Amino acid sequence: MANREAPRPQADSITGNHLLTRRQILGGMAGAAGLAAVPSLLAACSGGASPSAGGQSSAPGGASSPPASAVGGNITLGSNYSDAVPKGVLQGIVDTFSQETGITVKVNTVDHGTFQDQISSYLQATPDDVFTWFSGFRMRFFAAQGLATDISDVWAKVGDNYSEAFKVGSTGDDQKQYFIPIYNYPWAVFYRKSVFQEKGYEIPTTVDELKTLCSKMQTDGLIPFAFGDSDGWPAMGTFDILNLRQNGYDFHVGLMAGDQKWTDPKVKTVFEIWKELLPFHQEGAAGRTWQDAAQALVQKKAGMYLLGMFVSQQFQEAGEAELDDLDFFPYPSLGTEFDAEQALDAPIDGFMISANSPSLGDDLDAAKAFMEYLAQPETQVTWVSQDKGNIAASKNADTSGYTPLQQKAAELIGNAQRITQFLDRDTNPNFAGANGMQAFLLDFLKTPDQDPDTFLGKIQTFWDTL
Amino acid sequence: MTAAVATPRTIRIRGRRLPLSRAALHVFLIVMSGIWLFPLAWAAYTSLRPFGDTQVRGYVSLPGTLNFQNYVDAWDQAELPHFYLNTLLVTIPSVILTLFIASLLAFALTRFRFRFNLWLLMLFTAGNLLPPQVIIVPLFRLYNLIRGIPEPLSDNGLLYDQYTGIILIHVVFQLGFCVFVLGNYMRTISHELTEAAVVDGAGVWTIYRKVVLPLCRPALAALATLEFTFIYNDFFWALLLMKSGDRRPITSALNNLQGLFFSDNNLLAAGSILVAIPTILVFVALQKQFVRGLSLGSSKG
Amino acid sequence: MADRTSDGLSPALPESTGGVGVSVGAKRRSRYSLLTRRDKLVLAAMIGLPLFLDLALIWGPTIASVVLSFTNWNGIGPITPDKFIGTKNYENLFQAYPFFWPALTHNILWLAVLMFAATPVGILFAVLLDRELRGTRIYQSILYLPVVLSLAIIGFIWQLQYAPEQGFINNVLGRTEQGNLISWLGDPSLNIWAVLVAASWRHVGYVMVLYLAGLKSVDPTLREAAKVDGASERQTFFSVVFPVMAPINVVIVVVTVIESLRAFDIAYIINRGKNGLELLSTLITNNSISESNRVGFGSAIAVILLLVSLGPIVVFLSRMMREDRR
Repeated sequence: MANREAPRPQADSITGNHLLTRRQILGGMAGAAGLAAVPSLLAACSGGASPSAGGQSSAPGGASSPPASAVGGNITLGSNYSDAVPKGVLQGIVDTFSQETGITVKVNTVDHGTFQDQISSYLQATPDDVFTWFSGFRMRFFAAQGLATDISDVWAKVGDNYSEAFKVGSTGDDQKQYFIPIYNYPWAVFYRKSVFQEKGYEIPTTVDELKTLCSKMQTDGLIPFAFGDSDGWPAMGTFDILNLRQNGYDFHVGLMAGDQKWTDPKVKTVFEIWKELLPFHQEGAAGRTWQDAAQALVQKKAGMYLLGMFVSQQFQEAGEAELDDLDFFPYPSLGTEFDAEQALDAPIDGFMISANSPSLGDDLDAAKAFMEYLAQPETQVTWVSQDKGNIAASKNADTSGYTPLQQKAAELIGNAQRITQFLDRDTNPNFAGANGMQAFLLDFLKTPDQDPDTFLGKIQTFWDTL
Repeated sequence: MTAAVATPRTIRIRGRRLPLSRAALHVFLIVMSGIWLFPLAWAAYTSLRPFGDTQVRGYVSLPGTLNFQNYVDAWDQAELPHFYLNTLLVTIPSVILTLFIASLLAFALTRFRFRFNLWLLMLFTAGNLLPPQVIIVPLFRLYNLIRGIPEPLSDNGLLYDQYTGIILIHVVFQLGFCVFVLGNYMRTISHELTEAAVVDGAGVWTIYRKVVLPLCRPALAALATLEFTFIYNDFFWALLLMKSGDRRPITSALNNLQGLFFSDNNLLAAGSILVAIPTILVFVALQKQFVRGLSLGSSKG
Repeated sequence: MADRTSDGLSPALPESTGGVGVSVGAKRRSRYSLLTRRDKLVLAAMIGLPLFLDLALIWGPTIASVVLSFTNWNGIGPITPDKFIGTKNYENLFQAYPFFWPALTHNILWLAVLMFAATPVGILFAVLLDRELRGTRIYQSILYLPVVLSLAIIGFIWQLQYAPEQGFINNVLGRTEQGNLISWLGDPSLNIWAVLVAASWRHVGYVMVLYLAGLKSVDPTLREAAKVDGASERQTFFSVVFPVMAPINVVIVVVTVIESLRAFDIAYIINRGKNGLELLSTLITNNSISESNRVGFGSAIAVILLLVSLGPIVVFLSRMMREDRR
């Protein structure tokens, strides 16, 4: 216990280090998370965010006093970054912003499940000035309901930082902008370089090669694909990529929007392909979290894992060496005309300004200044240099400090002609939830042999009743 | 078991045979107690082992190392002291207010006759028996709808996301049970006592305060113990009516902790035990109150 | 003092309730007339405030649930007349919604297991512990211990038993490998049973304590008489003790039904109530208090839950009324 920093024997590096590294990460974030809890607790007790006036001096917890040149002001930020690493990163960025501008930002962190569950009532009641959110249907929906503030003026200033695709991803149905992207990350097939090297595996480029590789892994005693779907959404990633490869971007988007039917034979084909691949997946996925499944890859029990790049968190925790060993390849082609699109899920996370925040009248300018700050490539690079599962959203970001994995991710997304967000970000949340698409996919995983027409009929019926 | 020998004349014989059947009974009860204790004991055992130790040796194995590091880590990483404090902020006012209001109500409903006595009592009891999910959707809206709750009670003007809101729903929801129990208890208090007070010219408040309330102390103690655990253990109300993760009481905060402790069952075990300890301690210390509280009501919904 | 309390309190004690009730009734009227104006005001406040809160926060929302169930309101904006869609939510619920019947079935299964497995075990423990064995207190404490834990914590503690690779059960059975793994919480045909074991673990202790309190109050001469008549212990229990315990039995049945209908925490902790763990309670929250915004539809499920709950509530209230009359 005493010599925590001492080098450890090999055997320990995978396992015993688990907590140690988590500590270091937490500590490395300038102890921000720990310190931040104190003022937020004080503020919670004393009533920090008074709806009446921004001028009221309810200085939260006596944080660092702003420099004289400061603009000043207070904003509140509703954050769903409840995990230790991103929580610390956000706090660090907020602190720097406060020092530079004198604008105090009070971060209210909610665990991301709850944040998502309560987003609608949150935005209607007394939301924070700024809140974390996603691109996609989920963003456009709240913009259309008048629950977000138009920030086209901010975009006029920072638009040059982003490519057209990101602007589209930030634009509501009324052609105004409501969203500032901060980073995104690709979904791809992750693997360990050392394992592939040791066993002489080749990166598969077609689905047939993939199947051959899977069989080979099985004879080598590896689980080809790690898999955990107890949260319900990870399986959506598999559906997305198969549908994009098999039926193309336009069909996929149409399906998400309800313009195409789930009973379409094209969808059936997707599930047939998936069914053939299922035996190569880790068993009991429905009872395993994605984090536990990732451990199978970390511990070299599994050969591959189709997931978002956030899987690197698990490697980051296991140690730098482990993270260096992580690599990915794009999902193999299915031999259709749509392979060329190289489409993939690359969800964009970012920030929005609410409409109903009681303090927004006073805080709007400060909130927009914060949005502007977030749109700067430097801010985003700071973010992704610590939270290494993501890449900066800005096209002007300095990528020289990227890890090889991040470099590769930027390249992969850059090459993609079409980008989707993710099933549950691209479609009606009433459809995608726990008692909806999540449940249907779990049902498919449990009984892949069920009659596909009945199965897809159920999904379409459900869509029709919404 | 003893059917064969249970004839009227065998009382004496049975007396001699008892040791055997008693021994069997003890064996049975010991086995059962072992089974009942096992999940908790297992959690305790797991929590004392470092993650690395279980990875190397497997979970079902003798330990290489036993220490409290998981507790230290869970305590720090999950900021448990903070959540314990939240729990106190909710639980203590809730218990006090519930007992206070319930005792007033029980006093008024049982010591005086109104036309609707029984109906009122039934209204409160039925409210306590409703599954909370029946009312959660409109309640959630209502908590977001009511504006202008003043400062010390609410820092956003709402009941939503406020200790006040959580306390309020606990009080109202638990009222039924407490009124029922206290009402039954007060019925057993002699009427000569209160009558004497009335003759002496005491007002209603004085009778409540000076005569009835002191006599109810045992029932109040039992109820306080029970209510403490009920409210401490609440997961549902705070999960849905408290948005801010850092304001949630500890039981609801568990929902976030799960994310924090992912893929480390040892840490999860330590966290669970830390959260369970206060109720276990209260139970061990005040077991009598517990049992009395339940048998007083025999009706907890 | 202590004796008096433990004796005279329980509403369920058959012999203590009757006498008191009558004498109270006779004397109350005279006292009421002695009340001053101020006294009446105090009394009105004592009753009025809790009544207002109860109506505002419990019965108001209950009625609102019923009203909302006839709308397609999505939680945003006002509820205008065109949002009222008649009984469409209910038709959808019964005919199309694929999760309603599973959820209802799971609630019924929950009830059946608690009622016909956990409750009898609890009663058995109570009967055994009623024999004044040495160490009764210790057994009683251990068996009761799970009751003081929240169902959320119980969910966590049992995950340590059920986890696929790290859990106790699979490790003992040697079923942690690809190819033979048992997914206790992931397999929709197993997980409800796994969860019910955990829920029963708690319910048994609960029933045991309630029943034990009742048994202590059974007049011992009844049993002596039965013994003298040559009844076996089993006969004595079923033909003498059990009938005398009728009031407690009603309480236990009501408690069990209500607990089954309220079941939420464990399922929510494990997987938010999907994939074999659907319950009416989780459907309500998943539909109405989640990113999904089907407030009207969720309310219709809440109304079904309300209607089902009214059964045991009415049973309990009618028991209250009967006792009051005696």
